[in-house]
Amino acid sequence: MISNFDYVTLQQLWWVICSIVGALFLFLTFVQGGQTLLWQVAKTDTESAFVVNSLGRKWELPFTTLVLFGGALFASFPKFYSTSFGGAYWVWILILFTFIIQAVSYEYRKKAANVWGAKTYELFLFINGSVGVLLIGAAVGTFYTGSAFSLNDMNQVTWQYTLGGINLRGLEAAFSLFNLSLGLFLVFNARVLGALYLLNNLDLPAVPDMEERLRKALWSSFICSLPFLLYVVVSILLRKGFGVDENGVVSMVSFKYLFNLFALPHLLLFLLGGLALVIWGVLLGAKKGSNRGIWPAGLGTVLVGLCVLCLPAFNGTAFYPSSFDLQSSLTIYNASSSRYTLMVMTYVALFIPVLLAYIIYLWQQMDSKKITAEDALDHEAY
Amino acid sequence: MIDVDPSLVDWSRAQFAFTAMYHWIFVPITLGLSFLCAFYETIYLKTGNEEWKRITRFWMTLFGINFAIGVATGIILEFEFGTNWSNYSWMVGDIFGAPLAIEGLFAFFLEASFFAVMFFGWNRVSKGFHCFSTWMVAIGSNLSAVWILVANGWMQNPVGMAFNPDTARFEMQNFAEVVFNPIAVSKFTHTSSSGFVMASAFVLTISCWYLIKGKHVDMAKKSIVVASVFGLVASCFVGFTGDEAAYEVAQKQPMKLAAMEGLYTGERGAGIVAMGILNDTKVPGDVQDAFLLKVKIPWALSLLANREFGSFVPGIDDLVFGNAEENVMGVNTMMEKGRMALTDLAAFKLAKNNQDDSAADAALARFDVNKKFMGYGYLDTPEEAVPPVGLVFNSFHLMAALGSMFPVIFGAFLFFTLKGTVSEKRWLLPIGLFTGLLALFAQQAGWVTAEVGRQPWAIQGLMPVKIATTNLTTTSVQITFAMFAAVFTLLLIAEISIMLKQIAIGPEGH
Repeated sequence: MISNFDYVTLQQLWWVICSIVGALFLFLTFVQGGQTLLWQVAKTDTESAFVVNSLGRKWELPFTTLVLFGGALFASFPKFYSTSFGGAYWVWILILFTFIIQAVSYEYRKKAANVWGAKTYELFLFINGSVGVLLIGAAVGTFYTGSAFSLNDMNQVTWQYTLGGINLRGLEAAFSLFNLSLGLFLVFNARVLGALYLLNNLDLPAVPDMEERLRKALWSSFICSLPFLLYVVVSILLRKGFGVDENGVVSMVSFKYLFNLFALPHLLLFLLGGLALVIWGVLLGAKKGSNRGIWPAGLGTVLVGLCVLCLPAFNGTAFYPSSFDLQSSLTIYNASSSRYTLMVMTYVALFIPVLLAYIIYLWQQMDSKKITAEDALDHEAY
Repeated sequence: MIDVDPSLVDWSRAQFAFTAMYHWIFVPITLGLSFLCAFYETIYLKTGNEEWKRITRFWMTLFGINFAIGVATGIILEFEFGTNWSNYSWMVGDIFGAPLAIEGLFAFFLEASFFAVMFFGWNRVSKGFHCFSTWMVAIGSNLSAVWILVANGWMQNPVGMAFNPDTARFEMQNFAEVVFNPIAVSKFTHTSSSGFVMASAFVLTISCWYLIKGKHVDMAKKSIVVASVFGLVASCFVGFTGDEAAYEVAQKQPMKLAAMEGLYTGERGAGIVAMGILNDTKVPGDVQDAFLLKVKIPWALSLLANREFGSFVPGIDDLVFGNAEENVMGVNTMMEKGRMALTDLAAFKLAKNNQDDSAADAALARFDVNKKFMGYGYLDTPEEAVPPVGLVFNSFHLMAALGSMFPVIFGAFLFFTLKGTVSEKRWLLPIGLFTGLLALFAQQAGWVTAEVGRQPWAIQGLMPVKIATTNLTTTSVQITFAMFAAVFTLLLIAEISIMLKQIAIGPEGH
C-alpha cells in the first residue's frame, strides 16, 4: 500500500510524523520543567532526592526524542536540516550545549568525588530546563516569523543577518517578541507539566510540604504562561504569513495562519481542545487536589504542539520562510527527501506503534509504585 | 568552483574529529560492558548466587558513569552534520539521514527505555525481566552501532544511490544496498567486536588492580573469567574482521590502503610492512625511499588486498599519476573528467533556468559521461587526493600491533584463572593493569586510520570535505571548538574522578 502513495502524500505524511515527534517532545519537557522547579519546591536534601530521582528515571526520553526529531528531519527534510542547522548555527549549538550538560547531571550529581559539587549539576539541570526550552521555542517561532537566509542554485545556505557587522547566525531570533513569547510559554508550560508529573509520580505523604509547594508552583507557572500564550495565539491569528501559490512563488499573505485554521479545521480543534485539556489538567492539580492532571495536560500539549507545527506547513504555506529572500523559503514540497527515501522511511515508521507499546509498558512497570523515600535515598539513587 | 576558506575547513574538521574522538573514548566501553553486565546478571539469574548480583551491580555502576558521558558527547555528533557540514547534509541527506533516523527509532529508544529498568528496576520488576532489560540495553547499544556504521560505511563506499542534477544532490535508489554495503558490514563487525575487546580490557584492568592490592579477590577473579573468555573470542574475531575490512578497503579505497602501508610504488607480490619508520620528507612522485627502516612480510599485502599472492597492489604514485600498464587511472585524469562534469552540470542548471530544454538535455548527456568523477573536479592538485600518509600509517600499525597482543593477554588470563593461580602471577597482573589503556590507544588509532585515511573525501570520490562545510566564519568554529574542549574536558575530569572513587569503594557497597 505504501508503495502506491504519491510523492505529495508522502511529503505531507512525513511532516505530520515529524510534527508528532516534535509534539511528543513538548510533552516530555515535563522533565525540563521539573528541573527548573527543583530549587523552588525542594527545600531539604530528602525533597531534592525525591524530585531528582523521579525525573531521573525519565530524563532520557525527551533527550532521545530530540535526537529522533533531528534524525527524522535529516532523513525526510534534509534541506531544512542543512539550512536551519547550518544557518542558525549559534541557536542550535547553544541548545545542544544545554542538553550536553543535562546528560551527565543526573548520574554525577550525588556521586562521591564528582569534582564540581551537586549544586553545579543542579545548575546544569536548571539551564537545560530554562535556556534549552526557551531557545527551542524561539527556533520554532521562526516558522512564523522567518529567518534571514538565502539559498543558491546548489541549495547552499548563506545567513544574511548582521548586527554591527557581526553575523549573528540565528541569535537574532531572540530579538523577536513573538519568538521570545513562544519560548517563554514553552518554559512555563514545561514547568506546569513538570509539577503535574511530580504530583503524579511521588509518594506525596512522604513529602507533604513539598506537595503544597508543587501545587502552588503549578498554579503560578500556569498564570505566568498566560500572557505569553495570549500574545502568541493573537499574533498567529493576526500576522501576515508566507503563502505559496501553485507555481511555488512565495508571497506575504494577510491573516494567512487564521485562514489556515479555517481551511484546516482539525488543527483549530487541536488548538482549542489542547488548550482546554491543559487548563483542565492544571485545575485538577492546582485546585482539585488531584494527581492525575498530567494526563489531560500532557495530551493537550501534544495537540497544541501538533497545531503549532502543522499550521505553518500546510495549505500552501512555507514552513521555514526566508525574510531576506522570499523565494528561498522552504516548503514541505521543496525541502523533502526523494519519494523513494520517504517510502522506505514510511515502512520503517510502521514499527513506531511497537516502540510506543513497549515504552508505555515499561513506564507502567516502573511507575506502578510511587517514588518513595527508599527509592530516593538509596545509596545508588541519583 | 566553490571558494572555501581552507582554515574554516581545517577547523571544522578539527571540531568534528575532536568531538568524535572524545565520544569514542566511552562508546567502545559501553558496547562491550553492556554485554558483560548481561553475562554477569545471567549467571546470577541461573545460580541465584548473590555474589554475582554484587558483581553485576558494581560493573553496572561503572557502565552508568561511562554511559552518561557517552550520551553527552554523542548528541552533538548527529547535529554537527547540520551545523558544520550543511552542504554535506543537503547533498547526501536523502541517503545519510535515514540510518540516523532509524538509529534513533530502534536503538536509542530501546537503550533509553530499558536503561531505567536496568538501573532502578531491581525491586520493581521480576529478576527475569530485569535480566531481559539488561540484555535489551546491550542489544540497543550495539544496534545503534549498526546504523551509525551503515551511515559511515556509505561515506567510505557510496552505493545504492544516484546524483539528481535537478536537485543537485545524491538520492537513494536501493536501501538494501546501503544497509548491506560490504564496507558497512565489515565496519560493524570489526568495530563492535573491538568494543567488546575494549570493555573486556577495562574489566581486566580494574580486576588486576584489585588483585595487586589484594582487595575483592573473589570478585576480581570471577570478573576476569568472564571478561577473558569474552575478550579472547572477541579479539580473535577482531583479527578476522580486520582482515575482511582491509580487503574491502583495498577494493573500494585503494588510496587509503596505500597510505596505511606507506606504499608509494605499486607492485605485484607486494609485502606488508610489519614495522617501519617512514621517511617524512617523501612526497608523491619523487624518487626517495618511503622508509628509513622497515621489516616486510613478503607477498602478504597482495594476499590481503586481492586474495592472490602475485596480484598487483597500486601505490600512491600509481593512483595519483596513473599506471597504464596495470590499468590504473590516475587522479590527474579523473580531475579532468571531474571538471568537465562540473562544467556540464553548471551548463545544465543555466539552461534549465533559461528554460532551454535542448541545451539542458545536451549538457545533461555530457554530464552523464563524466559524473562519477564529479568529486575530483573540486580538487586543486592530484596530490590533494593523498591522505596524511604518516598519520595513517602509524595509526594503522599501532592498532594492528596492539590488536595482535590482545588474544595472547586474554588467553593467558583465562588459562591462569581457570588454573586458580592468576593472583600469584605477579608478572602477569601489571600487564593486565595496562591492558585497558592499550585497548583505548588501539580504539583511537583505529578511528584515525579509518577517518583520516578517508581524507580528502567526505564521500569517497564524490564529495571532498572542503565543499561539505557550512560557510561559517573560522572564528565561529574556533569559538565552538574551544567551548567543546572546555566542557568535554571538565566532564571528563569529573567522570574519571567518579570512576576512580567507585573503583576504590569496590563492590562491597553493592
